[in-house]
Amino acid sequence: MTDTHHDCCAHHGHHHELVIENLSVCYRRVLALDTVSLATSCGNRVALIGPNGAGKSTLLKAIAGLVPKDRGTIRWRGTAVKKWSREFAYLPQREEVDWSFPITVRGLVEMGRYPQTGWWRKFSPEDTAAVDRALESLALMNLQDRQIRELSGGQQQRAFLARALAQEAHVLLLDEPFTGLDRNASQLLGNLLAKLAHEGRLVIASHHDLNTVPHLFDEALVLSTRALAFGPVTEILTPELIAHTFHEPATRA
Amino acid sequence: MILELLTNPFYQRALATAGFIGFANGFFSGFVVLRRDALSVSALSHTMLPGIALGIFLTGALSQWNAFLGAMFGALLVGLGSVVVARGKRVEQGTALAVLYTAAFAAGIALLPKLDTRQELEHWLFGDIIAVGNADIWIAFGIGAFTLLITNLLMRPILLTLFESNVAAAQGVPVRFIQYLIFTLLVLALVSSLQAVGCVLSVGLLVTPAATVSLLTDRTSSLFWGGGLIGGVGSVAAVLLSGKFGIAPGPAIVIVLGLLFIAAYLFSPKYGLLAPRQR
Repeated sequence: MTDTHHDCCAHHGHHHELVIENLSVCYRRVLALDTVSLATSCGNRVALIGPNGAGKSTLLKAIAGLVPKDRGTIRWRGTAVKKWSREFAYLPQREEVDWSFPITVRGLVEMGRYPQTGWWRKFSPEDTAAVDRALESLALMNLQDRQIRELSGGQQQRAFLARALAQEAHVLLLDEPFTGLDRNASQLLGNLLAKLAHEGRLVIASHHDLNTVPHLFDEALVLSTRALAFGPVTEILTPELIAHTFHEPATRA
Repeated sequence: MILELLTNPFYQRALATAGFIGFANGFFSGFVVLRRDALSVSALSHTMLPGIALGIFLTGALSQWNAFLGAMFGALLVGLGSVVVARGKRVEQGTALAVLYTAAFAAGIALLPKLDTRQELEHWLFGDIIAVGNADIWIAFGIGAFTLLITNLLMRPILLTLFESNVAAAQGVPVRFIQYLIFTLLVLALVSSLQAVGCVLSVGLLVTPAATVSLLTDRTSSLFWGGGLIGGVGSVAAVLLSGKFGIAPGPAIVIVLGLLFIAAYLFSPKYGLLAPRQR
């Protein structure tokens, strides 16, 4: 099992950058994101933290091209991302997914290949191999024929990650991936995200548990419609900033 | 006795129509089941009657074509109307649909006494597959073939959209276009089964087959082909049996499909009520 198929920066030594400048998004007349800027590069795990309604999901969706931008630019590897890109994978919150959909784990991962195969082309040996590799690297091989509801929460999260790997996405956008997972599953997923970032992917996830941010992420963006702070987690998570963002002491958050 | 029936041209036509509509709508029922809103299909089916009434009222005559066009117009108007109203975020789509379809149905009932073809209208309410003419067969065949062709061509983007529209959009699927397309095909499928089972029972053909298959398999593709198979075979069997038991073929089709569903619900090896408990 190698990662050489994956042409991310870990394998050729230069960094791919994601640069967001002055991004604003409106829903109807309500401002959801106000001139947010950040710059990071692959190999990092970035946490989006902030209270409910701070725009964490909106920022993820904006990067994935799911909501229109009112102002600002998103640049990936030096070129502006207009609408959607195969290199970005969006993983929805678990409660937004219809788990009773009659599809197996393998079927779900195969969906990740559709950007490559297009709407009609049959699966080539290369596509099948990519699906196998994705299942393999997330330890889902022996679960591949299960219906997706028959998985635990952590396994469901992994199945969507495998789908993103089959797509050969470089930027993984996860909406609250740790919500509803028990301690064990959280730890497993944390290790997995670390591994994926280490292989050269960029992981961006919204997260609400401030206590675990330092273990799980490298950088953090504190969001409250505007970007209040961005940087390495150790510098960002100061008690003053947290109190200011969440309007309550850090210990209770 | 069955052999006698089989040589009767009316019966042959009825059987061919039942088999084809059963297959096409059974296939499409897979999408209805995956969309998880069978009830709104039921609401839409009720808007076909006022549509037909309006068609007759405006043209002054009951023909296949103005009935089909009227039914389609009624369903599209109410269905799309509910989507537009729900856009405003204040009224939920289910609520909007319930308001609009009952209003349309009431308008249809109010219009009925003004038409001089009331008797025949009952025909459309419950269908009469023995009386299908060549025009009906061609309409049903055309719509069925069109629906099968489009859905097979666009199977991947449709499935991506139905499963999780955000992920689909992130993979470059034109989600809104696909959603309107599914809706349009749904209305076409409803209209195509009018002559066979009528407005109200057309829902049965568009929901039951795939609902039955969903109890038997976890493979998405089986939902469509299995639904088609159950719909087609079930409908043909029902038309054959209806003569024997002296019941109308339209209700017979929906009864047979319903019985198959109940059988699957009870005896499915994995999801059945009587299945051995695993895990």
